[in-house]
Amino acid sequence: MSTLDPWLAIGLSLRAAALATLLSLPAAIALGHALARRRFLGKALVEAIVLLPLVLPPVVTGLLLLRVFGRRSPIGASLAAAGLPLSFSTGAVVLAAAIVGFPLLVRSTRSAFEAIDVRYEQLSRTLGWGKVSTFVRVSLPLAAPGILAGSVLAFTRALGEFGATVVLAGNVEGDTRTIALAVYTLLDAPRSDPAMRPLLAASVGLSLLAVLVHEVLTRHHLERLGLHHE
Amino acid sequence: MNDAPVFDLDLHVSLGVRDIPLQLHTSAKRIAIVGPSGAGKSTFLRILAGVQRRVRGRLRFAGSTWLDSDAGIHAPPEQRRIGWVPQDALLFPHVDVRRNLLGSRAARPERVHALAEALAIDTLLTRFPRHLSGGERQRVAIGRALLSEPALLLLDEPFAALDPARRRDVVGVLSSEVDRSELCVVLVSHDLDRVAPLVDRCFTLTECGFTETNPTSDVTTQD
Repeated sequence: MSTLDPWLAIGLSLRAAALATLLSLPAAIALGHALARRRFLGKALVEAIVLLPLVLPPVVTGLLLLRVFGRRSPIGASLAAAGLPLSFSTGAVVLAAAIVGFPLLVRSTRSAFEAIDVRYEQLSRTLGWGKVSTFVRVSLPLAAPGILAGSVLAFTRALGEFGATVVLAGNVEGDTRTIALAVYTLLDAPRSDPAMRPLLAASVGLSLLAVLVHEVLTRHHLERLGLHHE
Repeated sequence: MNDAPVFDLDLHVSLGVRDIPLQLHTSAKRIAIVGPSGAGKSTFLRILAGVQRRVRGRLRFAGSTWLDSDAGIHAPPEQRRIGWVPQDALLFPHVDVRRNLLGSRAARPERVHALAEALAIDTLLTRFPRHLSGGERQRVAIGRALLSEPALLLLDEPFAALDPARRRDVVGVLSSEVDRSELCVVLVSHDLDRVAPLVDRCFTLTECGFTETNPTSDVTTQD
């Protein structure tokens, strides 16, 4: 008989994915805007590095993160010394989720900014607003639905994260056992159906909802910019 | 009145494969620009607005240097006090007409009502740009530019989407605003007859640059 609590895993997954998305949003917006609007040396390399977690096997991403943040690394050691050991903690779940969702978030914010006619920003400047005010008053609100759509996508990716999480965070009930890890744990367990059912329902339900919301937001974004054609 | 040049420029602009020379020295405060399409009329407005890339040379407006590529001077758009009305209006799609009109740093809310009434857009204040006709959008864009307390108004075919009666009204509003606040104006239009009350001089822009044109000559019937 399995003693795994599926609701603990669902709650942890939702919290970790939400936190991961929220925490990476500012960096993704800054990077997405820079990639959409600026030309700089090494831009292609930056783009490639940002995309890397999307194409790397998640297990490899997890292993690399473990090398950087594990207890034996300088960063991991100083975090542990400060009383914040990262590996095999909920923080590691959030980090893994943030890293795998980041490429989707940056890509979406970049497309959201690219879809804005640059003349809106130029016009705002002629109306007396500097670069920062123009970003806050014009670029960000116009890109917002697209950024939100990307956040939903990154959230969903974070929710389903398995490989990097299991390597970096392990499989500790209540601390690091997310929906995907709980499903994996139950695969070989006898009489696991009662615990499995809510996990599968949550996975499918949340993913479907997220994809729907993403579609609606993307449509809204393009309509508002006058780019949507029936 | 003195005869110091208001528009004093000696520029080269790269437009794809072409390089257009722009030389203009005039003490006229209100000028119209005509010329064949593709000659760079809109680009000229963008240069004055400070948003055009790849411009070399010198540009002075009313005594201040806005551009001097040798000296590394390029005054940013927000310091130029420009009222730019692009041909397609470019109203901000995410805010209603009132917030578009108040979209500039210098706009004073107490002026909105009278100006909106004069431009016959006072019933549209809570609408969003996507629900406006082309002519309505143009009038809102003109209102937004006038409310920004500009020193220089840049009008790109501002009457293209307006019927003749409406056009007369808008020209009236613009004339009174221009007189009231001693605005300088650069107006790109094919319709010189109707904008004549707004301008002192007229220039034709071709790929060889500017040449002065008599405002009453037949360039007015081009379109």
